[in-house]
This record gives sequence, C-alpha cells and structure tokens, in this order.
Amino acid sequence: MTDIARLTIDGIRRGLQAHRFSAVELAAEALRHAEAENPKTRAYLHFSPERALEAARGVDEKLARGEDPGLLAGVPVSVKDVIVTRGVRTTAGSKLLENYVPPYDATAVARLEAQGGVILGKTNCDEFAMGSSNENSAFGPTLNPVDPARVPGGSSGGPAASVAQGTSVVALGSDTGGSIRQPASFCGCVGVTPTYGRVSRYGLIAFASSLDHIGPLARSVRDAAALLQAIAGRDPADSTSAFAPVPDYLAALDGNVRGLKVGLPKEYFDGLGGDTAALMQQAIDQLRRLGCDLREISMPHTRYAIGTYYIICTAEASSNLARFDGVRYGYRSPKSETLADMYRNTRGEGFGAECKRRIMLGTYVLSAGYYDAYYLKAQRVRTLIARDFSEAFKRVDALVMPVSPSPAFKLGEKLDDPLEMYLSDVYTITGSLAGVPCMSVPCGLTRAGLPVGMQIAARHFDEAGMFRLADAFERSRE
Amino acid sequence: MKLTEDDVRYVAGLANLSLADEEIQQLSADLGEILAHVEQLNELDTTGVEPMAQVLYEAGETATLREDVEHEPLGQQAALANAPLPGAGMFKVPKVIER
Repeated sequence: MTDIARLTIDGIRRGLQAHRFSAVELAAEALRHAEAENPKTRAYLHFSPERALEAARGVDEKLARGEDPGLLAGVPVSVKDVIVTRGVRTTAGSKLLENYVPPYDATAVARLEAQGGVILGKTNCDEFAMGSSNENSAFGPTLNPVDPARVPGGSSGGPAASVAQGTSVVALGSDTGGSIRQPASFCGCVGVTPTYGRVSRYGLIAFASSLDHIGPLARSVRDAAALLQAIAGRDPADSTSAFAPVPDYLAALDGNVRGLKVGLPKEYFDGLGGDTAALMQQAIDQLRRLGCDLREISMPHTRYAIGTYYIICTAEASSNLARFDGVRYGYRSPKSETLADMYRNTRGEGFGAECKRRIMLGTYVLSAGYYDAYYLKAQRVRTLIARDFSEAFKRVDALVMPVSPSPAFKLGEKLDDPLEMYLSDVYTITGSLAGVPCMSVPCGLTRAGLPVGMQIAARHFDEAGMFRLADAFERSRE
Repeated sequence: MKLTEDDVRYVAGLANLSLADEEIQQLSADLGEILAHVEQLNELDTTGVEPMAQVLYEAGETATLREDVEHEPLGQQAALANAPLPGAGMFKVPKVIER
C-alpha cells in the first residue's frame, strides 16, 4: 500500500484523507511488518494488536463522521516498556514485572491515543531504565538496526531501534540521564528529552523522580515535535508537571535561525576525538552556513556531572524501587517462611545486577553518617551545574554539543565495567540534572557507517526554539 | 573509598536485598570504584550553595493542590489483579508474628 518503514505523520494524514488506506488497513499492515521484522533487532518485547486495531477503528469512525481524527491519526507508535498501558503487559525490562498487567494508562499513553495514535506494542529497555546499552534487559538485548553486532544504546534502545528500523513511525521513550538521546544517536533517529515537567510522569515506572522524563523518538524533527505536542501539558495526576502553556511546535519549524546565538561549551569538546569530533565540526560549520552566531562558552562544572548524577539517581532509585517487595504486584519468591525473608528473597531473586548495584549505592549514600557527605553534597553540586546552564542562556539561545563520546559500541564491550559504562553518559547527564530540554538530531555517519547525533539544549520550556534549530539543521542536510 | 564485604552486607540489610557471596564480593569492588570517582565532588567548595531539592520553581505554593472533587478509585478487584497471592479481598503475606 505504501512504504511502511518510511512513513511520516504528514504522509499518513494525506493517505487517510485521500482514502488511499484506512487506519485499520494501515494498522494491520504496520503490525504485520513489525512482527515480521522484529527478529532482526528484538526491539519489541510484545505486541498489542487488539488495542492497535481498536484505536485504528476509532480513527476510521471519526473520519467517516467528518470529525477531526487528531494530530496523530492512524500513526503507528511503539511505547517503551517502562510506561504503563492498561491491559497490556508492562515489564520494565525486569523479571520482577514479567507478568504485570497494569490497571491504568500513563497520561502520555492516554493522550497520544486521544490524538489518534495507534500503539503497536511495547519496546525493550534496560531493567527499570537503568543502563546505557539495553544489555540490562532481563529479556535479552535489542540489537542496533544499523549493525546487529552493536548495542542500540540505552535505556530506550527498543524504542530507538523500532523507529530507526521502521517498525514504528514514532515512539515514546523515557530519559533519566540520556536514555532517549543516546539511543537516538546510536540508531540514527531524533530523540527528545523535554523540559522537566513538560510531560506528565504519571504511569512512568519511577526510576529517579527528579530526573525522569517521558519524550518522543522519531525519524524527523517534525514528527518528534508532533508527538510532543500530543503528550505535553499539565496533568493533575503528576504534581511536578508544569502549568506553562504548550505552544504550537509545528509552527516553530520555519527554518529561520539566522542570527540565532548558539553556544559551544568547550568542556564538551575537550578530549572529544575520532569520527565523532570530525562530524561535530562538520555540523558546526553547517550551523554557521545557516547563519547561526556561534560562540564558544564555558560550563565549568561539567566534569562533576557524573559523580553528582550517580549519587542522586541511585538515591532516588533505592527509594522508588523499595515498592517491589512481592506483596502487591510482580514476582514473589516462593521459598520464604517469614515476611522479612520474602522481601529479601523476592528482591534478591527478582532484580538484575545493575538494579542491585544502584539500589546498594543509593542506600549507601542515604545511610546514616553518609547522607551529608554524598547526597547533600551532590544536591549542592547539582545547583552549580544548573547554574552553568542558566548563566550560558543569558548569553546564548541554544547550546550545541555531542551526545556521546563514541558511536554505538559492540555488545558486551562495556558490560564488565560499570564505571566505564557510566562515564559514557558524560554529555547527556548535565542537561538532565538542570532539567532543560535537550535533543539528539542525526549529524552523519562515521567511516564505519555508524550514526552520530548532535545534541541541542535550550532554555526551560523553549522546546519550540530547540525544534526550530534542529529542523533547520536537519533540512540543510537533505 | 574502600567498601568492605561487611559494609556491603550491612547496606544490603538496609535495602532488604538478599545477596549471594559472589555478589557481595563483586559489589564491594564495584561500589568502591564508583565511590572513588564520586570523591572528586569534594574538590568543590559548596559552602553557601543551596541544595537543589526541586527542579523548577515556576508554580505558586498552592498551585499543585488539585480541585477537591471526587473521582472513581481503582477498585478492589483491579488493585488485587496483579497480586501474587490475593485472598478474601486482601494481599496475603507469610506470617509476621511468631506465636
């Protein structure tokens, strides 16, 4: 009917309006295609055909009645499996939740379906979104669609792979320290971490509540902007969701970036090497040709971001993951005589190695005698890192920097060295700590043919400005 | 920062986490290495710097209180649907008090 792997949101709308296909026909074909292609990457953990076809029928009925079918009418979507879906199994990549069927929908899920989105299934991730390679999934890693010997990045590796592979048009991911931007960079798609609070976290299985974000992945800036449009805005069910009005993101994609002040923070480029450095330099030259006013700036606390992040995120994780105790949902160890043993054994048997490592680190930094030295210290340094951003945004409108020090690495390459894996998050963690919107947009391929993303960060709630720059850059490369 | 295996056992107790001996050895090494990296934060003088306890401050103090209106709760059946061991409308657990 159409090239199912290269569909765009606008293309689907035109196809529906011209009666070239119905939403149900498109959903059935998209499901067939996704299920047939899935063994190549294992991006999806499971499919939700009934829900997809029901949503598609709703779109067709609206079209038949002459009603507006919504911003995402008929658009095939994959949803990261840390975001709950009523009646559709949600595992968080964990053995603990292998059979968990949520009784409610995440707000972002309900909103994208209200706009006509069609959820094909749930995509793989590192267990409880903890990881940078997808190798921490209890159900085995997703493979990079560009090179199956390499990781797709993490923790939103499944969503990124499904978008890049063409088994979904857009995807919902989640980002705590780079978990949308890094896999987008590794797989060659667009990935957006909105401002903290821009999208409700209701129904996102909590990892680190002050750092968790839901955001879109897509094959173009335009499609990512449309998905954010559908899911953004205040939600009474998440008290940290923002009241700030949601502007028209698509209207911002006017290509007008002449004179835009763009900061290049030198700390992100010192020590950057190889093809990533060369591709970043090409991208910067391209921005100059587009008329951007480039300025080197300094963000002096950048080097403290990893230490700060791994204290704060593990502290919050140790608290959030305390709920997995075998009482109300999920796995329960069968071999326990007392309640206390049941808690310990359930958690010891249920959690994978990385979750245990983070629970332990978080418990340690919060424990009596260490709280001030670690947790409180990290919160103070987080203030300094956030100030680096607010100072920078007094001088420039956007920041441009790399997403990751290297392109996608090989499966198993960093698995035995947790600190090495943590250090690869160096460029994405800072924006997460500051709560500013950031995104990855493809900027080329290495000589080995691996995708590399360029990161853009903007002021709080200036997703529109960020999209304008990303879209202008993307179009200039076509 | 060195974390002994006894330190690891103590923290595992706080976290309600049963760990095998090999895991305790591995965690002692891993956590020690990560904490050594984290030590670099002490290079910074943070006297007088407010801890960042909230990410954004845009809303007024009462703005996050929702309207006081009733809505349907989840319901007992849905709440118990994922329980490993439901019974008599409750979550059943192993015995808590010895007789």
